[in-house]
Amino acid sequence: MILDLPRFLATERAYWDELEAVLNKIENDPLRRLPLAEITRLQYLYQRSASALARLSTFSAEPETREYLELLVARAYAECHPKRVRSERLRPRHWLLHTFPQTFRRHTQAFGFAVGLTIAGAIFGWTALTFDYSAKSVLMPFPGLMQPPAQRVKQDEKARGARLAGHKSTFAAELMTHNIQIALLTFAMGATCGVGSVVLLFYNGVTVGAVAADYVHGGFTQFLLGWLLPHGVIEIPAILIAGQAGFVLAAALIGRRRRERLRELSSDLLTLAGGAALLLVWAGIVEAFFSQYDYPVLPYDLKIAFGLVELVALTFYLYRAGRT
Amino acid sequence: MEAAYAELAIETPEGVRFSLPLAGPASRFLAWSIDTAAIGLLCGFLGKGLQMTGVLSIDLMWALIVVSYFAVWVGYGIAFEWLWRGETPGKRVLGLRVLDERGLKLQFSQIALRNLMRFLDALPALYLVGGAAMILSHRYQRLGDLVANTVVIRRRKIMAPDANQLDGGEKFNSFLDLPHLAARLRQQVSPELAQIAYETLLRRDQLSAEMRIQVFRQLAERFREMVKFPEEITASLTDERYVRNALETVTRVTHRREPESHRYGGTRAIGVAPGDRKHS
Repeated sequence: MILDLPRFLATERAYWDELEAVLNKIENDPLRRLPLAEITRLQYLYQRSASALARLSTFSAEPETREYLELLVARAYAECHPKRVRSERLRPRHWLLHTFPQTFRRHTQAFGFAVGLTIAGAIFGWTALTFDYSAKSVLMPFPGLMQPPAQRVKQDEKARGARLAGHKSTFAAELMTHNIQIALLTFAMGATCGVGSVVLLFYNGVTVGAVAADYVHGGFTQFLLGWLLPHGVIEIPAILIAGQAGFVLAAALIGRRRRERLRELSSDLLTLAGGAALLLVWAGIVEAFFSQYDYPVLPYDLKIAFGLVELVALTFYLYRAGRT
Repeated sequence: MEAAYAELAIETPEGVRFSLPLAGPASRFLAWSIDTAAIGLLCGFLGKGLQMTGVLSIDLMWALIVVSYFAVWVGYGIAFEWLWRGETPGKRVLGLRVLDERGLKLQFSQIALRNLMRFLDALPALYLVGGAAMILSHRYQRLGDLVANTVVIRRRKIMAPDANQLDGGEKFNSFLDLPHLAARLRQQVSPELAQIAYETLLRRDQLSAEMRIQVFRQLAERFREMVKFPEEITASLTDERYVRNALETVTRVTHRREPESHRYGGTRAIGVAPGDRKHS
């Protein structure tokens, strides 16, 4: 059967033009909210064009018209079939006080796994350094950690916090951006079915364990706690939360209904990654402006107490905030 | 050999099927190159602007530069894809667009996720991980696309079909004055031949003058072989006019045979058009 295409085009063209104009308007101003009359009209034009496409596909093989109509229907389809998702309006206060801690608690199993891996890495790092000190350069290949603890303590206490004088803001910015990159990579590594996240968290643990062993065996436990706790109690949990997000992602990728699970979890993943980044901003500020001051400028006990208060506050926030 | 393009096939709840061409690794790499250059430019301008804060404090200036470069690097894709509905300047130049895998509107969480996954896709350098994933994926999805359920399509701009190409501005068709011959022509002409004639007429302006004469001569020959119209009618007709008349004779009358209720059935099924006064 042959469709009377000339007449068909002449009749329908006006509707397609109108639909195209409406779509252009929407696409040029995405934030504009359509009034009800325009939504109804758009729905009608979409249905009419979709029906024309179905008819054209059945009766005619005219490729160009069909292609044109396909594109038009595809554009309109995206506008006429909104997904049923929770509101994506930005509410920073609500996000901070409710969404983030609630999301964290929804995936405590993944967080527990991240903690377990880091502890395992720390035990490995501690043990490896205890029994083979020559492995120090392999276990913590960072220039700042390579010098003997006694030399570092002496240097820092002598400097009286002046080591970073005039560079503290820049140092804080560098710490923030670097640590956020590490956290986001730990999260993104979840896409390797979690293998990458496992490696990064374990390695992070190895470094922490080796550093701890180095200073504790050297008799500088107080210095170590005073140096690491103020920023570490925020920085390490932030990386753990990024790992948690990575494992949630990995579980969704490995499990059944991959696409549906990812759709359901996309907001949670984003919340956890965003939360980790936010914590690292605070950790960067503390590390640059507080952790760098040592005895006699700041007593170690004060620094340790500050770190412990932060840890309690963070634990309380993550486990209690946003409870109904 | 004809090049095969991957397509995203979508079937709507209404049962309408359509497909969108997917963008391959090469065009996406080019788009990324443009975006990288744009990020560089943006950072350059930003750096110049922030140098003014050096008057207050050099330390503060550098801190702001470090943070803002990082924000631009991470936020560029997110901001543009959100504000430009799945496009960045690079994608716009190359005619690409990010789309939900089901053809639906992009959500902010999808955009943010696919961009955050760049930390992995970009490894170890030049998006090798993402490129490998793209080549292995039948929808050319990098890991960020797989996680966010998105695809990148090639935007095509196709002009609406012009029905005026068919009648050429002339309405009179002498074939319709001879209903018995017109009926025989309708009987003889296959849908395929009518289709070829239709498409040739629609695209006649794209043919070279020589090719146009040749193609229409062949088509007119085919129609002439089927039914012989009197010479007094056909003598003054060019081959092109002959084909147009023959096609109109075939399609118009075929159409008349259909019951009225079947015409444009799809549109009737929809019912009354809201606000539909303009076209009624």
